[in-house]
This record gives sequence, structure tokens and C-alpha cells, in this order.
Amino acid sequence: MTLDLARTVVGSELSERSLRGFVLGLPGVDAVGLEQRAAGLATRSIKTSSKKRALDTIVSLIDLTTLEGADTPGKVRSLVAKAVLPDPSDPSCPQVAAVCVYGDLAHVAVEALGAHHTASGGSIAVAAVATAFPSGRASMGVKLADTADAVAAGADEIDMVIDRGAFLSGRYGEVFDEIVAVKEACRRPDGTSAHLKVILETGELATYDNVRRASWLAILAGADFIKTSTGKVSPAATLPVTLLMLEVVRDWHRLTGELVGVKPAGGIRSSKDAVRYLVTVAETAGERWLDPHLFRFGASSLLNDVLLQRQKLATGHYSGADYVTID
Amino acid sequence: MTFLDYAPAPESRAILDLKPSYGLFIDGEFVDGHGEGFHTISPASEEAIAEIAAGDEHDVDLAVRAARRAYERVWSRMSGSDRGKYLFRIARLVQERARELAVAESLDNGKPIKESRDVDVPLVAAWFFYYAGWADKLDHAGLGPAPRALGVAGQIIPWNFPLLMLAWKIAPALAAGNTVVLKPAETTPLTALLFAEIVQQAGLPAGVVNIVTGAGETGRMLVNHPDVDKVAFTGSTAVGREIARAIAGTHKKVTLELGGKAANIVFDDAPIDQAIEGIVNGIFFNQGHVCCAGSRLLVQESVHEEVVDRLKARLSTLRLGDPLDKNTDIGAINSAEQLQRIRQLSDIGEAEGAERWSAECAIPDRGFWFAPTIFDNVSTSSRIAREEIFGPVLSVLTFRTPDEAIAKANNTPYGLSAGIWTDKGSRILAVADRLRAGVVWANTFNRFDPASPFGGYKESGYGREGGRHGLAAYLAPPAATPRRTAAGAERSIASRSASGGLENETSRADARTTISETPSADTDTRREGVTATRASRSSSKSASKKGSAK
Amino acid sequence: MTRLAVPKTYKLFIGGAFPRSESGRSYEILGADGAFLANAAKASRKDARDAVLAARKAVAGWAGATAYNRGQVLYRVAELLEGRRAQFIEEVRASEGLSEPDAAAQVDEAIDTWVWYAGWADKYAQVAGNANPVAGPYFNISVPEPTGVVAVIAPQGTSSLLGLVAVVAPAIVTGNAVVVVADERHPLSAISLAEVLATSDVPGGVVNVLTGSAAELAPWLAAHADVNALDLTGASELDWIDLQISAAETLKRVLPPAGGELDVRSLERITAFVETKTVWHTKSMR
Repeated sequence: MTLDLARTVVGSELSERSLRGFVLGLPGVDAVGLEQRAAGLATRSIKTSSKKRALDTIVSLIDLTTLEGADTPGKVRSLVAKAVLPDPSDPSCPQVAAVCVYGDLAHVAVEALGAHHTASGGSIAVAAVATAFPSGRASMGVKLADTADAVAAGADEIDMVIDRGAFLSGRYGEVFDEIVAVKEACRRPDGTSAHLKVILETGELATYDNVRRASWLAILAGADFIKTSTGKVSPAATLPVTLLMLEVVRDWHRLTGELVGVKPAGGIRSSKDAVRYLVTVAETAGERWLDPHLFRFGASSLLNDVLLQRQKLATGHYSGADYVTID
Repeated sequence: MTFLDYAPAPESRAILDLKPSYGLFIDGEFVDGHGEGFHTISPASEEAIAEIAAGDEHDVDLAVRAARRAYERVWSRMSGSDRGKYLFRIARLVQERARELAVAESLDNGKPIKESRDVDVPLVAAWFFYYAGWADKLDHAGLGPAPRALGVAGQIIPWNFPLLMLAWKIAPALAAGNTVVLKPAETTPLTALLFAEIVQQAGLPAGVVNIVTGAGETGRMLVNHPDVDKVAFTGSTAVGREIARAIAGTHKKVTLELGGKAANIVFDDAPIDQAIEGIVNGIFFNQGHVCCAGSRLLVQESVHEEVVDRLKARLSTLRLGDPLDKNTDIGAINSAEQLQRIRQLSDIGEAEGAERWSAECAIPDRGFWFAPTIFDNVSTSSRIAREEIFGPVLSVLTFRTPDEAIAKANNTPYGLSAGIWTDKGSRILAVADRLRAGVVWANTFNRFDPASPFGGYKESGYGREGGRHGLAAYLAPPAATPRRTAAGAERSIASRSASGGLENETSRADARTTISETPSADTDTRREGVTATRASRSSSKSASKKGSAK
Repeated sequence: MTRLAVPKTYKLFIGGAFPRSESGRSYEILGADGAFLANAAKASRKDARDAVLAARKAVAGWAGATAYNRGQVLYRVAELLEGRRAQFIEEVRASEGLSEPDAAAQVDEAIDTWVWYAGWADKYAQVAGNANPVAGPYFNISVPEPTGVVAVIAPQGTSSLLGLVAVVAPAIVTGNAVVVVADERHPLSAISLAEVLATSDVPGGVVNVLTGSAAELAPWLAAHADVNALDLTGASELDWIDLQISAAETLKRVLPPAGGELDVRSLERITAFVETKTVWHTKSMR
């Protein structure tokens, strides 16, 4: 079904040639202008009641993440506990949107979440990275198995990486086909599907024109979300890149009426930064996107900074690192 | 309540320590004016901010005399490096008092604080910093070694960028060794008076900078004062024309930065999202109170609808309101008079058949406001496509080919600025070549820098401000000295040897000839006579001259 | 032994053609000794209008030619002047009453001055332009460009050929087109120069020469809305202040009378009739 839409938008059968023509025909991006617009949005001053609202919104949009070689079941359980109860001193604090882990630990997250898991009527999802994250350098079979494994282990969302090698050598159809295949691998036996977030790894794509092209390819191939980065490559998420991806989902929505989400990940550590992203979302794609179904922050240390700021707003004085929990 | 209803985030006015009234700044001190004082008001609330003195003919004369004294006794004798150090001091003082100046500017002018804070005031400091470094390097200004200062500069600035225009005028004038008498606009004198305090803090010798507030009449007196050597004016073409007439026959050098009706040309391969931002910045920056505003959008027909749709969506996110709120994008119109003009021309645009669209926004009860407005399907003959509106009003026209775009862009008596949006580099350069405009922004708009010359073609004025050209506008070539008389030179031909850095000639070409004008004594007498009687002549006669000349 | 000479008819030079004045008027040109030399066309305001029209037509092509090309075209003019050196010496001598060596000195200086200006065609922009180091990710360059149509009152009453060269060459070397009112009393060498231009590669309309009354023509040129600049170098005997006032109506660039002496080789004369255009472009690897 999704590919029917892609065919309509591209205006022909989907082939290496037609996709290439489509992405290379997209309007260019002037980097300086894009960065200036992002800098302009970053000057918005969000104070008092708006700030309180913004901080709660940020918490509810976080994919609380641990993606280390040293991850253990214990670490994941600790992360889940934080996701469920971010601020033990303030029960009014919202829960995060999801926890994001490697695929082999997805089942640990599911178990630890228990009733808080979306599958059990809760509100926290389990996201697993797949497709030979973070490099994506593995055969198609391995990537699909990686994906299917994570879905079988209970992952609600799959964060896949695109094949940057294929993209940078101009094999756009190959990138497209792989996303389509992974999307297929997200399907569960009952016919439902895990949501697919497609990581572009914008730091490796290097140019904004490439980011725009990759965003369109991913959306045409059926991505539910387009995501900036793995967090393993610098630069990870930046405000201009996120702005650009928001412009793409906005344009896609205008064109087709379909909604696709955006997830900046990596490098967003302060509340101040995160508020700038909220402003950018609201003023570019629209307020409708300030919803876990359409926007996420891939982050770990961001949560505690937001909690410190929430405490400052609640008490009127500045808080300290020992007044929030580590996970 | 939605997230986009950002809570108020006003910049504090507590940083300001304004006096209830301000005098004229003459010879290093604030003194009473002899004209009828007036109040400067906040255009966002119509509240009076302070009482301002008005300079009359006597005050202008005092100021010019003070400037002349300072020029002859102090400033022209001071080393370039010391003049530069004073300018560096001023740059630093502006940086130190940046927030205060920004708040005062937004209060008095009505522009959003984010602009006065992030654009105007930082550029003011940059302007002084840039020209400070020139003060001891005048040999490299392009006029040959040891160029001369002109003397006393009379400077008249507009209300759209009050402090920035002051910096554009004062920084190069002082660096070149001139002293100045500056008249701020009637509706926005506040920051110039705060600048006078900065001049005091910098310890600048008395009389080097004089500030005489008042209305147009005060400016006229300054232009016509016989002891002014240089007139620098930024403002309307009508007044610029009057000044050009008034200085005719005098020794006064003049720089005029006048009106504009810039074309912002969007080709179908433009980086579309950045072009939209550029269009918005081009016409809605500073409420469109910008002489170089991109007030005519020339969009290729094939992307016309898309561009207009995106533009409307983008305009809907602009926030109009309290200039001191950090989230305000569109501030107040500077005066009731200007608002009247914008309304009038907009009504004409509508009557002439253009499609009017305004962003929906709540207009405050008090103050002067105008919602961001687009006129679509404007014809080239419409008044809103030809006259400078100087407000947040964009006229949209279409074109089919690059040649047509250029023809339409140039089809105006103005020639200040233009914009080009396309991904095609060679087209940018070719179009830029053929646009008759002093500043061309390609894939950007409304950028300013002290190193970058700014100024117009045709009726947008003459002379450049900024960069080396802006410095040269306050200098004269070294005093001419006879270089060599060639043997056999006859009565009307006096050969002189070439000198200066530019020539490298053979001995034959070395004989550089000058032609004497025949009755030179007569000519000189006549010019001096004109200078002396200029003040009385220009005001009455220039008007009648206009009629007879046509 | 005496051969009956064939005298030349001196006409106007407009748009590359040599018309008589549309008014049908002419005036007597007398030599320094009072002897009749020729009848020159006495241009009218309509001739001035036609000349401005021709100049406007010529600007785009001339300004759009490469600087190297303009330099070569102007150098070619000097070559042709050299070839007619004897004729110019004779005209200057007869008209101004100079000795043979003085007339030769003037003509030589005029030719050399023309060469001097020709050489500036592809250099003045490098001297008068800049790359500007702005504080941001921008390429920023300022280049001088021709103003457009320049109306010129040539120096009057002295050094008729050199004076004309000294005002015409600097104006056209950058790509302007000129309408020049020649020395009223000594217009013959101006028309001969026009013949040189007509047989050179200078496109028609780039230089338009009007002979006649400067006092009659100047006000029309000063007030003409399609004239971009006014060179009053030779207007000191006219009511040039009124001309300047009139020029203010469309903010023309005005070069006032030379005030005593004219530096015939002057970069400032070149830059007096150029506009500085500053172009910005964004710069980014991304």
C-alpha cells in the first residue's frame, strides 16, 4: 500500500533510475540560509508557563537510550526504572516515550517494563536498534534477521540504519529496497508491524542536499519516522538538520496527507537545546508534531537536565546533580 | 492554550536610566535648544518617553562652529592612530552598553528587540571597530598618499535604523579626520543622545561629535550651513533630491542613500525553503522599514503558486506585538504618519486590482501596527509595484524567462538592491551582472557588514557607505601640487610629471598634461559667491528652479 | 599648380551616423585668423534627444563587451588617430591658431592619452573594486560598473582635440556611452574624431558628438531623465549651477567644472562615472 503512494509521488514504477531522478530533482538546500533559520528559531525565549509545559513535553518525547557494548540486563533494568519514574520526588512528572536498547536486550526491557509496556496497556514502548547498528555493514540477510529477532523479542519500534555506502555511491534504489525489506521484516505474525525509524546518519551524509534526498527515500520506502543519527558519529543531531527533516515531513504531509515522525538523536543534552527543538517542530511542521507518535528525542543525559529544570520551576531555586537519579 | 502561545518574555526596561528631557549635544556638553522642544514617543504604546530639544538656526550654527573649532584645533592635528584609538574606545563602550542601547532603540523605534539586540547594536560596534582601524591607514584608501579630510560633515539620518545609521555616518567620518554635526530623525532621537553619553565616556575631544535634534527644518539648516564641507544623508529620494539641489554650486561633497524598490527574484530551481525565509527577511525585517527591502517579489511563473502558498504558511507563524518581547517578529510601525502612508498605498493596491492577503494576527489596541501583507498578481504598472511603501507589504509579480526577470527588476527609477534565488551558479553571476542595483544578494538578503560597500544606482542616491569606498567618501585626494613643467609647454598646456602609485610610465608618457580652464579667476569668484549665498538661495529658489528646468 | 581643394562637410555624429541637425541649422566656424573654415551643424534639443536615445541603445552591448575587447577597440582608435595625425594637426592649428609644433604636441598628447585610457579598460575594476572580508559565511565582492549614459560638456575654447579626448575616453573605457557637446568654437577636430570612431570598431551610439551651442544644449541634457551622469568639465562659462540643480531631479551623478585645470590622465575621471556594485553569496561546504 505504502509503495502505491511512493509510485504516485515518483510518478512511475520504482526503479533505481526513477528514484535517482526523483531525489536528484528535489530543490536544493542553501546551507547558510538553513543554518540561519535554525539559529533564528533558537532565539525564541520560552519562559514561565510555556517553559513548564515545554519541559513536560520533552520528557514525554524522550526515547531513553543506552547503546553501549557494555550494556547488561542490569543496566537496562535500571534504565527502565528511570523511564517509568523519572523523578521519584515528583510523581506528576510524565513518563518517557520509549526505552531504546540493542536488540538482544529488548526482551529484558519488555520484562522490566511489565504493565508500563505499551503491549500491556502502559505507555512506554521498547525500541531496538537493528540492521547491524551503527555501521550497517552486514549482508541483507543478517540485517533482516537482526530486525526479525528484535521484533520477536517484543520490540515495538525498530531503529534501522540506512546503507550510507550505497547512498554515497549513488545507489539510491538499493537504499530504498533495503528499507522496504526491513519494513517487511518488522511485520509480526499477527499482521501488525513494529514501527520503523530510519536512521540516516546525517553526519556521514555530509551535505544537506543528501539529507533531504535520504529523507525522501526513507519516507517513500515506508519509514514511520526519519531519524538523524546513531549517536556514534559526530556530528549527531543538529538543529539545522532536524529543521530540514521537519521541512521534508511537512512537505510530505502537504503532498499526501500522511504523517511521518522525526527523531533527532545524539548530542541533545540540555533542556535549553531541547526547547529549541520543540520550537522548531512547532513552527515548521506544526504543533501537531509535538506528540510521541510524531517526534522523539533520542537521548540519555537530557532527561536529568530536564528534571533539574523542572525542580527549579517547582521550588524557585536551582537544583543539583545529587537531587536527580542516575540510571 | 497551545505551545505556540509563548508566554510573554519581555526584555527588562530597568536597564535604561533615561532622563526626563534631553538637550542638544554641542561642543561636548548637553545644552538647551532654542527651537520648540518635542516628545519622542514609543510607537508601540504612544507613551511619551522623553522630552527632546529642537535645534534652530542658531543652534545649528553653534554646532557647526564647535565642529569647525574641533576640526582645526584638535582633530585634524591628531595622529591617525590616536583618532583610531578613540574609535576603538567607542566600539567597546557600545559593546559594554549593548543591551541598554538595544532596549532604548526598540522602545523609541518600535523594532523587535531581537533585531535591535542581534542586528542593529552588534553592527554599530562592528562599524566603529572596522573604521577605527582605518584611521591610521588612510594612505591606502585609494586616493593616493596623504589624502585630506574634508572638514565638517553635516549628517542627517533616518528613523528606521537610528543608531546603526549614526554609526554608518560617524565612524568613517571620524576615521578620515572629519568632525561631525549629526541630526537624528525627529521620531527616533533617543539612542543618538545615549551615544552622546558614550562620546563623553570615551573622552572624545569636545566638538568632534555634535548631535542636534529636531525636525526636517533643522536638517535643512544643517545642509545649507556654509561652513559644512560634506553632507551625508540617508532618507527619502524626495529629500535627497532637495539636498542635491541645495548643494549645487557649492564645494560640498555629498553622499545620498535614498529609497528603493528592490526586486527579489526567485527562479524555479531556487532552494525553496531558504528562498521563503529570504523573502520574509527581505520585506518583513524591521517592519519593512528598510530602504533596501525586497518589496517586489519576482517569482518564476512555474513556481508562483507554490511560493505564494509557502509564503502564506510561513507568515502565519510571525508574531506581531510588543517590540520588547524577545519573541516578537514584527514590531510597531514607527509613526502614525508612516502607518497612514502604508494604509493608503495598500488601499490603492487593492483598488488597482491586486489580491490582498494579510496574516491573521491580533493588533494591539494602542500604538501603530500593520499586519504582514502580501499583494498577489500585481501588475508592473501598479503603484504598489513602483512606489516605496516602506512597510510590511510585499508585491508579488511573475516572470517567465531570466531576461524578463532582469527587465522587470530594472524597470524602476530606483537601484539600491536586489535578490537572486537559484541553485545555478552561472545564472547568479550573469543576472547579478545585469541588475542595476548597488547591492545584490544571491541566495540571501538584507545582510550588512562594515567591510561591504552599500549604496544605490540611479534615484537611490550616490556614494557608498561601508568598506574602503565608504571611507573614501569622507576624503579628498591629496592637495594638487604642480609636479613638473615640461619644456616648451604653451599657454594652455602645462605638462606635469606623473606621480602616485598607479602609474608606471615611460619617460615620454611621463609628461602628464593638464589643461587650464580659460578664465579661472572669474570661475573661482563665482563659486565662492555661490557658496556664501547658498543658504538663502536654495530654499526658495530651488523649488522654482525645478519648475523651469522641466 | 594650385589644385582646387575638396572641403569637408562637418555634420553631427549620432548613433554611428552623420546626420545634419534636424533643425537644418549650421553655424560658421572661423579660424584663429578670422578666415572661414567650415559650417558646422548647430544641434538642436531634438538632436540631443536622438543622441541620448542612441547612447542608451548602445550601453548594454558596450558595457557587456569584455574589458579586453573594449581595451583593444579603444587602442584601435589610437592607431587610426595616428594615421590621421597630419589632418588633426592641421585642423587644430587652423582652428586654434597654434604653431605647427604646438598643434603637433596637442595631437600627440591626445593620441597618447587615448592609449593611456585604453589600457585601463581591464584594470580599473581591479583598482577600484574589492573583495570584502565580511563577518560571516559569504563571498562578497565589490566591482565598479559603468553608470550608463553620460552627457558631457567638453572643454571649451582651448585644446579642442585633447580636451575632447580627456573627457570622452575615461567615460567610455568602462562601458558608458556618451553624448558630448564639442568645443563650440573649435568643433572640427571633434567631428574628425567622430569619423575615426565611425571607421573603428567602436559600436555606433557609444560616442555621440553634438556641435553647436553648449548653452542651448546643456539644459536639455541636464534635465533628460534617461541621462545617468553629467560631466560639466567644460561648462564653467555656462550657468552650470542651474544645470546641476536640474540634474538633481533624477539624482544624476555630476562632475562639476574642472575649476582651473584639467588633469587629462586621471583615474578619478574614470571612477567618476562608475557605480560600485556589491554582490553577496552564501558560502558553505554543506
